[in-house]
Amino acid sequence: MSEPTSPTPVDIHSDAFLARMMRDQLKLSIACALCFVVALVALPLLNYFQPAFMAQRVFGFTLTWLILGVLFFPFVWVISYVFIKRSIALENAEAQAAQDGQTK
Amino acid sequence: MNALLLAVEASKGIDPWIAICSLATVAITVGMGFWTAGKSKSAGDFFVAGRSVSVGWNASAISGEYLSAASFMGVAGMVMATGYDALWYPVCYACGYLFLLLFIAGPLRRFGAYTIPDFAEGRYDSPVFRKIAVCFVLFIGFFYTMPQMKGAGTTLAYIFPGLPYWAGVVVVGAVITLNVSLGGMKGITLVQAFQYWLKVFAITVPIFVLASLVGHYQQHLAANKTSQEAVASAPAGIERKALPAKAPKDEAWIAPFGKLTTKALDASIIAAKTPEAKAELEANKKPYSLLYTYSLIIALVCGTAGLPHILVRFYTNPDGVAAKRTTMWVMILIGVFYVFPPVYGVIGRSLTPELYDAVGAKGTDKVVLELPTLLAGRDHPLLGSILSGITCAGAFAAFMSTFSGLLVSMSSALAHDIYGRMLKPDASPEQRLKAFKWSALIVGLVAVGLGSQVEALEINFMVGQAFAIAAASYFPLLFMSVWWRGMTMRGAATGMLVGGLSALASITLTSVSDVAVAKAKKITDAAELSAYWADHPLAKTIADGWVAHPLARILCEQPAIWAVPLSILLMIFVSKATASTVPADVRMKMLVLHAPEALGLKQEYIKEHEGLGGH
Repeated sequence: MSEPTSPTPVDIHSDAFLARMMRDQLKLSIACALCFVVALVALPLLNYFQPAFMAQRVFGFTLTWLILGVLFFPFVWVISYVFIKRSIALENAEAQAAQDGQTK
Repeated sequence: MNALLLAVEASKGIDPWIAICSLATVAITVGMGFWTAGKSKSAGDFFVAGRSVSVGWNASAISGEYLSAASFMGVAGMVMATGYDALWYPVCYACGYLFLLLFIAGPLRRFGAYTIPDFAEGRYDSPVFRKIAVCFVLFIGFFYTMPQMKGAGTTLAYIFPGLPYWAGVVVVGAVITLNVSLGGMKGITLVQAFQYWLKVFAITVPIFVLASLVGHYQQHLAANKTSQEAVASAPAGIERKALPAKAPKDEAWIAPFGKLTTKALDASIIAAKTPEAKAELEANKKPYSLLYTYSLIIALVCGTAGLPHILVRFYTNPDGVAAKRTTMWVMILIGVFYVFPPVYGVIGRSLTPELYDAVGAKGTDKVVLELPTLLAGRDHPLLGSILSGITCAGAFAAFMSTFSGLLVSMSSALAHDIYGRMLKPDASPEQRLKAFKWSALIVGLVAVGLGSQVEALEINFMVGQAFAIAAASYFPLLFMSVWWRGMTMRGAATGMLVGGLSALASITLTSVSDVAVAKAKKITDAAELSAYWADHPLAKTIADGWVAHPLARILCEQPAIWAVPLSILLMIFVSKATASTVPADVRMKMLVLHAPEALGLKQEYIKEHEGLGGH
């Protein structure tokens, strides 16, 4: 990320506040994105290197079909639910911190 | 109207249930358009539905808008035609929203613009950048409109067999243009939300009834044997018709890296002269398929986060938190939907294999409409008719809702960005409203004109093009603009233009040669064929080039794997080189993008700068 450009030492208008806020939110976003990307990268690789394992039958589906055609959707819902919870909590904490800073 | 219907029915043998369900969908859509017309008054209502759409309504409306003809009919057809690999389409269509949620939805809403070009100009204080952004809204919009129009034309021709292709394009184009100019964004929000629930109903109910009578998803999947199995392990009682010669074999169909991803290499293998060359190409088959799969995933996931007609809907949320909640509900709503189209594909492979022999609109794309009619032949004639009527209604809802969303986003680009910002910045809200209506009419006419020209192209392929262009232009722009303070206007514009245009160029290259090859295949006479190729030397050179270089073909057909990184890298390098032009108030802009609303920093960009807006 870039260096701070024009520092002004007022609470919520300070670069430190903005930088911390963006860093915290971005960290959360990247952590959630990583879970998703790892699954997205891993499935084709498993299909590539372990075709027999992925082709075994589970309830009539092949394992890889069951994962991609059915289980992938709830997996993504869980990630997005966790993200929303944490992200809203983060925002509330930021707002609280900023208000405390202003009343001081 | 009734007399006319009966006459048409008597002469051509149309199923009355199909006709009634389809007409009812159109009638309800028009009716809701008139009903909401009285409620949409201000310019804000027309452009962003007064920024007051609740999470539930907005999530339904976004889902309704997103599930297009490609989702409703194309995905099922593609799963039936190519098997496992086609599953990546529904999965990435749905899961692409995660990137939108994680990186873009909340901040973009907080910025408080009307359109994406607004954001582009506001973030960089650059009117020039608005013009570039408007061009991409129209590019992507029209690319996405053409397949919707094709869906309309072919479905109507399927329901009323005597009707020409262009008639469906004109009818649907006229209905939606009327609706959009009556109610704008506020009007179509209601219609699209209704259409989402109609589509879910239309895709689930017929398949549950069907599956309870002919066997379930996994039972039909088990009827296809894998390369590990000696015989298929289908449970007793699962009926399966013999596959025609054109259909892919079980082992290839059910396994990854099948026909969809190996098309380019298959053509080269057929053309290879020596056995050694053939063997070498065969060895490349799997690695190339893997590459194709990854490129497809990148295009769909990043493309979803960069579609302007979807992004514009996030501005209708009241605040950033609502935008995030909406995105989560959208993922759930469309995820539930996308489980079902592959079921049609799998059961269709068992029960309607004759579709493999036909091509285009009469081929596997039709499986969703065709499958319910099977029940008619199994002592349930009425049930079969009603169910296929329901799926036809769903198909209508699919291309109507997507087209209305596209029409709003393109009309906004014309009325707000070009008229309101460039041609006549001092226009009154009334004039802007009028401009919106005129723009809707113009865009509607152009869309109908373009739509009537694309009968020969594949629905899902055209949609894929729009996604790849969006992935290489808007996604990098939004992602980098929201998270990197060092971005400059030149960096953003260079990355977006080079990424988007190179993706557009390579895709155009593949489709031009593909259309020429498809035409050549229809010519049986050898002399005529050589004359045809002599007339099209460029297409011949390209087509021969693909056969000689299958890797180049894959990278041009699925450009996302190189175009997205190229775009992002260019943004970084050019921004670093022009670092002195970073907007002076970038800190304030970033604060507006990222600070929670509770801090009271929220400024509606539009109201703040122009005094335009709500009543």
